[in-house]
Amino acid sequence: MTVIRVPPVLREEAGGARQVEASGSTVRELLEDIVGRLPALGNKVYDGSDIRPYVNVYVDGEDVRTSGGLDAPVRENATVVLLPAMAGGER
Amino acid sequence: MPGARGTALAPATRVADSLLDLIGNTPLVALHRLSPPGRTIYAKLEGQNPTGSIKDRVALSMVEAAELEPGQELLEPTSGNTGISLALVAKLRGHRLTCVMPANATPERRLLLELYGAAIVDSPANEGSNGAVRLAQELAAADGRYVMLFQYANEANPRAHYEGTGAEIVRDLPRVDALVAGLGTGGTLMGTGARVREANPDVVVAAAEPLPGDPVMGLRSLEDGYVPPILDVSKLDRKLLVSNAESVAAVRALLDREGIFAGVSSGAVVHVARKIAEELPHGSAVVAVLADGGWKYVSAEFWRAADVEESMERTLWW
Repeated sequence: MTVIRVPPVLREEAGGARQVEASGSTVRELLEDIVGRLPALGNKVYDGSDIRPYVNVYVDGEDVRTSGGLDAPVRENATVVLLPAMAGGER
Repeated sequence: MPGARGTALAPATRVADSLLDLIGNTPLVALHRLSPPGRTIYAKLEGQNPTGSIKDRVALSMVEAAELEPGQELLEPTSGNTGISLALVAKLRGHRLTCVMPANATPERRLLLELYGAAIVDSPANEGSNGAVRLAQELAAADGRYVMLFQYANEANPRAHYEGTGAEIVRDLPRVDALVAGLGTGGTLMGTGARVREANPDVVVAAAEPLPGDPVMGLRSLEDGYVPPILDVSKLDRKLLVSNAESVAAVRALLDREGIFAGVSSGAVVHVARKIAEELPHGSAVVAVLADGGWKYVSAEFWRAADVEESMERTLWW
């Protein structure tokens, strides 16, 4: 199982949890597993064919959009982080 | 004393006609003490721009592109480096500038902008920077004298980096294997990355993303998030999340080992630059764009804090 860190903005959908568990050897499998276990959370992150535009998914610190997308591998005990996609820094 | 550095008169240097002429042309310095063996990280010191940050380039480019008519004034939602840079450019170009910022922005930021001559309009503190953007948009829509530059969607932002930052790197280094910069508006990475890639087609363009703080983590809904229109993630080869502890460790190492006093976003950039340099073959050159100096952050707790994560966040997020 992989531990997925959930940002505050998505915790209501995760039943209040700061982190949830899911299984899968690729990002796609992981997200589909979340949709099955926690549909409210999964559907906020994944639309069935792609990661939703306002969410970033990081595997071991790397945004999967630049590291293979949904096919990016997820190793055993990887650190997976969900974050709102938002301009960083200050305005 | 013969042979001592700095005693021989350097070749003739330019005499600037205006401080605006001193924006850009920042130096690159090799970080020999922080580079992995056999590779070299070069820091581009954007803190050496006139107001101490890379935003001087963006401000000048956006104001020039705006071509203000008589009677028009500049408006921007900002409490950060962009506001200070715009205030300098506005002052020297004879324009008025109004900055919209959350009412709880730090007193230092407010004072600095006022000293540079900007007018300040407060937006509701509880709405954060989204509230500042919304109020600025309302002001601009209601009053025709305001021209809102909005760096997140202004093509003059990446263009400043294509024509300046990137062109300078290409001029100064015969080969660049990786380019690392922080991800804010996306302007630095888009513009600099495009120019450096033209001369170095195999360059790895990498974004260093600090773990977001309260304003992002405190969003009430995902839809309140914002992806800047000028940012095209498909143009990035890597995008790496950097923890606060990693950023602070690197920014402290920059000062301790290289003598460079930089802002904390530069810590994230150097952390990623070291990671990527280690992955590249011997002989590789990595450019790390250090967006600003550390001077505006001297009151931040993290410089001395033992527990960095706690000192940088009111809440431990995970």
